[in-house]
Amino acid sequence: MTWIEGRFEENVITTTMEQAMNWGQQSSIWPMTFGLACCAIEMMAAGASKYDMDRFGAGAFRATPRQADLMIVAGTVTFKMASRVRRLYEQMPDPKYVIAMGACTVGGGPYFKHGYHVVKGVDLVVPVDVYVPGCPPRPEALLEGLMRIQDKIKARKVTRGEMALPVPHHSGYSALNV
Amino acid sequence: MDIQGIHSILLERFGESVVGSQTFKAIDPWIQVSAASIVEVCTFLRDDSRFLFNHLNDLCGVDYLEPDAKKAAKFGHEPHVEVVYHLSSLKQRHQLKLKVVVPRWKHNVEGQLPVVPSLSAVFGIANWHEREAYDLMGIHFEGHPNLRRILCPEDWIGHPMRKDYAFPLEYHGVRGR
Repeated sequence: MTWIEGRFEENVITTTMEQAMNWGQQSSIWPMTFGLACCAIEMMAAGASKYDMDRFGAGAFRATPRQADLMIVAGTVTFKMASRVRRLYEQMPDPKYVIAMGACTVGGGPYFKHGYHVVKGVDLVVPVDVYVPGCPPRPEALLEGLMRIQDKIKARKVTRGEMALPVPHHSGYSALNV
Repeated sequence: MDIQGIHSILLERFGESVVGSQTFKAIDPWIQVSAASIVEVCTFLRDDSRFLFNHLNDLCGVDYLEPDAKKAAKFGHEPHVEVVYHLSSLKQRHQLKLKVVVPRWKHNVEGQLPVVPSLSAVFGIANWHEREAYDLMGIHFEGHPNLRRILCPEDWIGHPMRKDYAFPLEYHGVRGR
């Protein structure tokens, strides 16, 4: 692209459609207002002023699944709740992403052995994109999970169907598309 | 009034077939009452001016069973189910624990729930407590106006707080264990 640079007047940027679309979508991930247990408190903290998820464009918690891109499953998923979680997921428009927040949603957590009523990981109910461990995870951990979702969106190809998964890096940038 | 005084009055009024004898050496002593007359006893305790137990703090079920065959020898209890009633009087400022002991299964047929008369006509709060005990412990409260599950889904199988409860393999297509 180098030959085209500097040939236009000021304030004109050239980019690819794919990058522009992915950039737009990754910068406006709208999560669903949806909390099941104590992790939801931590999710609220991540959305509040101190941690401020809106810095990543993900602060607009939508009160309906039909306007949401991201489902943060924050809290213990019981069998009674599993069908409702599934229904909420199905009501979300594509493309949609799921963060499993906390030990309970990752794999049953403290209820793994004796919790007769707990689903042993929300990935048995909905497909999960990013797992955030912790009991509950710190807001920073949730923000990290959000950035991994952004990496996934960033790596999406418009022309090709398959997605090349980015390799996460602790700097916050993925190995692809830096 | 202390528990020995209450016990002697109850013994005098209802007789030994209803009120069990106790040594009252436990930290939290209780009076054992036969299942058939628990409503009668509680109505008496609520209305008699010496007691005025107008508040049911708690009602819960306890399952006495050691499912592990190796540990069962040291367990020290015959397998049975208890219903524990915590009464207190806001007026007289005293408390009382009652226990009703029933077999784990009615007629020892597995799956047939043991029967205890419902207290929901005596104490209104017993309604929900008995639904919980029915849901989790599998005790049928006879005469309850609305004995449905209160915590588990309506189509749940079994009573999860029973010691020999087996976890569901799957529930509505979701793997359970």
